[in-house]
Amino acid sequence: MKRSMLLVLVLFIATAFAFQQKQQPAGLKAAIARGKTVYENACLACHQPDGSGVPNMNPPLIKTKWVLGDKKALTKIVLKGLQGGEIEIDGDKYHNPMPPQESVLNDQEIADVLTYVRNSFGNKASMVTAAEVKALRAKLK
Amino acid sequence: MKKMLILACTALIAATAFGNDTTKRKTPPAGTVQKDEDAPAITLPQGFKSVVVTSGLGKARHLTVAANGDVFVKLEKLKDGKGIIRLHDSNGDGKADETSGFGNYVGTGITIKNGYLYASSNDDVYRYKIDEKSGKVDIASEQKIVTGLVNKNQHNSKSLALDNNGNIYVNIGAPSNCCQVQDRVKGSPGQDPCPILEKAGGIWQFKADKTNQGYEDGVRYATGLRNVVGLDWNTEVNDLYVMQHGRDMLYQFYPELFSQKEGAENPAEELFRVKKGADCGWPYCYWDIDKQQQLQNPEYGGDRKKADRCTDKTKSIVQFPGHLAPNALLFYTGDQFPAKYKNGAFIAFHGSWNRAPEPQAGFFVVFVPFKNGMPDGKWEVFADGFSGFQQGGSTGKAKYRPCGLAQGPDGSLYVSDDNNGTIWKVSYGK
Ligand code: HEC
Repeated sequence: MKRSMLLVLVLFIATAFAFQQKQQPAGLKAAIARGKTVYENACLACHQPDGSGVPNMNPPLIKTKWVLGDKKALTKIVLKGLQGGEIEIDGDKYHNPMPPQESVLNDQEIADVLTYVRNSFGNKASMVTAAEVKALRAKLK
Repeated sequence: MKKMLILACTALIAATAFGNDTTKRKTPPAGTVQKDEDAPAITLPQGFKSVVVTSGLGKARHLTVAANGDVFVKLEKLKDGKGIIRLHDSNGDGKADETSGFGNYVGTGITIKNGYLYASSNDDVYRYKIDEKSGKVDIASEQKIVTGLVNKNQHNSKSLALDNNGNIYVNIGAPSNCCQVQDRVKGSPGQDPCPILEKAGGIWQFKADKTNQGYEDGVRYATGLRNVVGLDWNTEVNDLYVMQHGRDMLYQFYPELFSQKEGAENPAEELFRVKKGADCGWPYCYWDIDKQQQLQNPEYGGDRKKADRCTDKTKSIVQFPGHLAPNALLFYTGDQFPAKYKNGAFIAFHGSWNRAPEPQAGFFVVFVPFKNGMPDGKWEVFADGFSGFQQGGSTGKAKYRPCGLAQGPDGSLYVSDDNNGTIWKVSYGK
């Protein structure tokens, strides 16, 4: 009995790992690669090549609670932008506005760039899909 | 046992599934204030030396020096609840021995004139009685002389200069890059006319001794200036001079007009000699470094050739490479430095960010020789080595970022840095 239980456990873990491999689909690498190009065109100027941002002007994208946190809240920032002064990190605020990208980038591009950001600069977090961006865009209309 | 195993399995699955969505955040390195004991090696021309007056003040923006040598620094982030710091050197070695503070607001501008210390928040201008012989400020004498200025985060520093006729000049930066309908959104057109210019994007003149002045009491002295952080009244020729921060994003928005490198070099950061009523061109015009000409901005139909609506604008008298961020301007009137510096202009460049992915630049203090109020020779780097990197570092890694300049009673030049809050005193000979 005990042994069979152990077997079940091992099996469970194995499935979980397999599941995770599937969850990080072959698409991840491609999405990150596409997202890098989007980043270079649409984000790099402000958030900088290494995601470190610019003191007082543009916040870093390194392990912030927005980058690693709720995907909807993160996607909304990119779609709708921010006024400037809305983000606070360790008591510091940022003077520039974050320009809304809803008229500039399509669902796939936003998904790709967020997947890239969530898996670069030392970040590690799940993918954002075009379907998720599409659903949120429709909801925020 | 069974229960425990099931629990363990569930926990494991949950952990694997959610393991990637960690919301832990490490403190980012940018903007941390730290005390720095070892004197940073800034480089200066032969015969000059520097001493660190103090460090660790944090976001030390502009500064001014009273007749007794006390240094007053305006902070953009309160330190121990204070926004203005007074530094006193009691033994004459240049280093501050006594530090005190007052004023509970953040801001950039600070200057002394005719027995008053003027300081600005990002909305208002205040003044205090000061006894320049002792450096003592009568804090209770605080008066708000200007109030209710545009402050929308972007370009909100209210830098100050006074003339000899009882007027104070206040920069009101445009809360915008190029007055697009949607600021900094690629493809969004420029508003024409630009409504921002009614209350910002220029220099306003107020009375230096009247309280609670608003826009209706002031004069829009000069317009078409995107953002000026460094300005100074030149007492030799009695004119206002201002350093404009040029617009951003030319390569990002118009790659068909600007290569990556041209976008890093353009537009020029410009020094204007400003007469009353001057229109310096923003947002319609910019200075093209490659064409050496003031041209129409692409948001307003510019193609790097057209100058039509810019022909009647005030032209700058010195142009610097793009995005270096001139945060202070000072005409040197002292006798301590060699003769070539007399009445010339020192400019503190904060250092760039919109040159990426090209290497960042700036982070230095330059000198421009002047004669009769006009430039008389090429600009040269005066003080350098602030960033701590030679080339290729990101802006956030810069150790120090020059932000303010002031002249001491003995003709020494003071430089502030708003990254760490270090103040240097630069002197010649001795
Ligand atoms: C014009 C400069 C600019 C551009 C271009 C820009 N951002 Fe931002 N971004 C900002 C600023 C400034 C803020 C903070 C605004 C505030 O505090 O109100 C910000 C905030 C953010 C945040 C939330 C705060 C954080 O640091 O985690 C994220 C995430 C973000 N930007 C991602 C992006 C992505 C992805 C792109 C490209 C699609 C992009 N930004 C393009 C300036 C910019």
